[in-house]
Amino acid sequence: MSGARVRWRKFVSNFMMTMTGLCALISVSVLFFILGYLVYNGGTSINWAFFTQLPKPVGEIGGGMANAIVGSGKLLFAASLFGVPIGFLGGVYLAEFSGSFVASVVRYAADLLNGVPSIVIGIFAYAMVVLPFKHFSTFAGAFALGLMMIPITLRSTEEFLKNVPNNLREGAMALGASKSKTIRTVIIPAAYRGILTAILLALARVAGETAPLLFTAFGNRFWNNSWSQPTASLPVMIYTYAVSPYEDWHRQAWAAGLVLLGLILIINIVARTILARGIAVPRS
Amino acid sequence: MVTTSTTYGSTGPAARSRSFLSKLRDGDEIARLVTFLFAMSVVLITVLLVYQLWVNSALPRHKFGLHFFATEVWDPIADEYGALPFIYGTLVTSAVALLLAVPLGIGAAIFLAELAPPRISDALQFFIDLLAAVPSVIYGLLGAFIVVPLMRTVIYPALNKPLGFMPIFKGPSYGVGFFTAGIVLAIMVIPYIISVSREVLLSVPRDQREAALALGATRWESTWKVVVPFAKTGIMGSIFLALARALGETMAVTMVIGNTPKIAASLFAPGYSIAAVIANEFTEATGDLYLQSLIALGLVLFILTFVINGLARLLIVVTTQKGSGVTR
Amino acid sequence: MEASTKPSVSLNIATNPGAPGAREGFASLPMRMTVSKLNFFYGAKQILFDINMGIADKKVTALIGPSGCGKSTLLRILNRMHETVSTSRLEGDILLDGQNILAQDVTALRRSVGMVFQRPNPFPKSIFDNVAYGPRINGAKGSIADVVEKSLRHAALWEEVKDQLHKSAYDLSGGQQQRLCIARALAVEPEVLLLDEPCSALDPISTAKVEELLVDLKNLTTIVIVTHNMQQAARISDFTAFILTGQVIEFSSTPHLFTTPGDPRTEAYITGRFG
Repeated sequence: MSGARVRWRKFVSNFMMTMTGLCALISVSVLFFILGYLVYNGGTSINWAFFTQLPKPVGEIGGGMANAIVGSGKLLFAASLFGVPIGFLGGVYLAEFSGSFVASVVRYAADLLNGVPSIVIGIFAYAMVVLPFKHFSTFAGAFALGLMMIPITLRSTEEFLKNVPNNLREGAMALGASKSKTIRTVIIPAAYRGILTAILLALARVAGETAPLLFTAFGNRFWNNSWSQPTASLPVMIYTYAVSPYEDWHRQAWAAGLVLLGLILIINIVARTILARGIAVPRS
Repeated sequence: MVTTSTTYGSTGPAARSRSFLSKLRDGDEIARLVTFLFAMSVVLITVLLVYQLWVNSALPRHKFGLHFFATEVWDPIADEYGALPFIYGTLVTSAVALLLAVPLGIGAAIFLAELAPPRISDALQFFIDLLAAVPSVIYGLLGAFIVVPLMRTVIYPALNKPLGFMPIFKGPSYGVGFFTAGIVLAIMVIPYIISVSREVLLSVPRDQREAALALGATRWESTWKVVVPFAKTGIMGSIFLALARALGETMAVTMVIGNTPKIAASLFAPGYSIAAVIANEFTEATGDLYLQSLIALGLVLFILTFVINGLARLLIVVTTQKGSGVTR
Repeated sequence: MEASTKPSVSLNIATNPGAPGAREGFASLPMRMTVSKLNFFYGAKQILFDINMGIADKKVTALIGPSGCGKSTLLRILNRMHETVSTSRLEGDILLDGQNILAQDVTALRRSVGMVFQRPNPFPKSIFDNVAYGPRINGAKGSIADVVEKSLRHAALWEEVKDQLHKSAYDLSGGQQQRLCIARALAVEPEVLLLDEPCSALDPISTAKVEELLVDLKNLTTIVIVTHNMQQAARISDFTAFILTGQVIEFSSTPHLFTTPGDPRTEAYITGRFG
């Protein structure tokens, strides 16, 4: 093998490997770029008014997104009430009680649901909750978001429960605990950390969803006191303001974007750190 | 002691009736039933979803039939609807997104799996996971205020001047369009390609690399000619996954694509995607045919992502189950 | 059922006092548990063949034999833990104080017949909550703290942990965790305590501690212990059963089995020619 050829191959190798490093660098820096840009454009607009005031009428400067923040809170709360129990208890069934055929059917359905684009979930929620009652509502939005929480919660619950070592199960049963007691008092407590972080991650995911809310919770420029009425939400506000022709609304959209992204990233970081550090079942 | 030998298995009738009662008392059967119902509700929801999509798109199906997929016309005033411009837009933007994201994503995955020391690889992956968590509307925000002007002032001139004779680079640009949407989508799907490809590459057995290196291959040759081909199926899976995500993306696309239901050869032309038109026109839809045509588009999107996701899962499962044998 | 080259020893002591299993006084000892004509299967495969034996009250009975002979399987049948495997099938009777355990409520049975496993398996809870678990799920009212202290004392662990009851059980050493598991099993006051190679995962010092406390425990509860350590069986047990390929080859008082085994296979095992 000639020296020149080897030198060329080495050069190619170093060059290509450097290129891959560049790819990684570019990909990761996008995150920081996004954050930086949001801080730059929206940071100054985050003030007390943003969190406490209602949107001002079109054309007027100022106002805030208080109703959108509260609206998002309500939607997420209700979505969790709907989606988490289904996902959690379904996961318990898969991990503890089911035979393999039923398990694979349920898992398949959950994976299918997970892959449905959020706009289509919105259509489904529209058909199920908006059409029968003939108006947009917070319920409908919560229903859509809750649906999206189900697959993640279900699969994670199943996985973390299955990871609890079998000898803990046997220990409890040997003391006279029935199967359901064992699950309740030993297995779930052993796996709760992992399940909790999965729920947090599911929450973070649906917190930023806009599309399914567009024709379920719709939007509201005022306070919404009823679950059967439309409600404002942070993501929808961002969208509405961003595509509008008003400078001031753009400014507020950046601020809202920063708040939303900040919240989502914090939940993600917290959840993933808990998961990484605190193992679901401490090893002896 | 007087005993009669009896068969007591887990299936013996006496044992079964006794243990059912005691199970009931302990709550075992109730727990099983309750959790079963909740698990089944997931299946029910999924079935209902498909049903609702089908039932609520009946009108255009009856009126247009398969012609729905061949018409470019989308005219709410004349009540004429066709899916072609949206399917076109969805596919074109996704194709552009993959063209941009795949090389970048696989390159990054290679770096993370082969070159970076484990701690750095994990740390970078952490950031990639965070990137995947950024919501669509934020990408849309950045797309509308950064990429669109960038397209208009930098990218378009750079490409149109030298290459404007080519159909895909022809014509004027207002900043929005297929290309812009493709760029934004590319950024959105890169994390998926990186995460899955990295995992797949990491699962390639060590001895594959070592065999190549022992034969005198360079780092790159070992990676590109041995490791990556071994993980080929899984990487394909990650690409399909990214594709499925791109197809269904709504907010980011509708904020930068131009929202024009027209088919155009040029990437700089404004267009529309399935998800974007549903998002924009759903609440404005007057009349059942209009609304149901939109829902029909939703059904199309559902089927599209269903197939792609299924393929993706299959490919990824095949790779993770692969033993030490390399099948060609 | 495959034919053995030698008829398996009938160990229904009460009806066969002249059998090579009967020795001084055994027939007159009260039996806490009795196993009669037990055949056990996993699916189509037979694991245990015609087991007949008695577990004497307040004595230590050891089950010895080479790996895979079925001694752990037999032990697990005594508290119906075999039912966790869906393909398991059982013929025969097992009596606890005259009642067939297979006809009883299984959770009630397991309160009466406790088990300590090979690897310590404390729950991810505090030391106190581990020991209190059994009494709590069985609806114990009143002062659990007393029960916890009593059980920890019986397991020779109280002095070491009395000031750290709320620490995680996982902070204890392996030997301490195993004694914790013994305390946990004792807290429900079982009539019989089954131990499946309880020392095999422990270091010699912890092993010695556990063996010591087992000898003391038999005043409290009947003990059945599976061990692959013959010296351990010889040290602590009153009666020993030698099991080989699913059959009880020999069952007699420990001194007798170890000094004058009746069956050449027993002799071969205890002198280390196999196993």
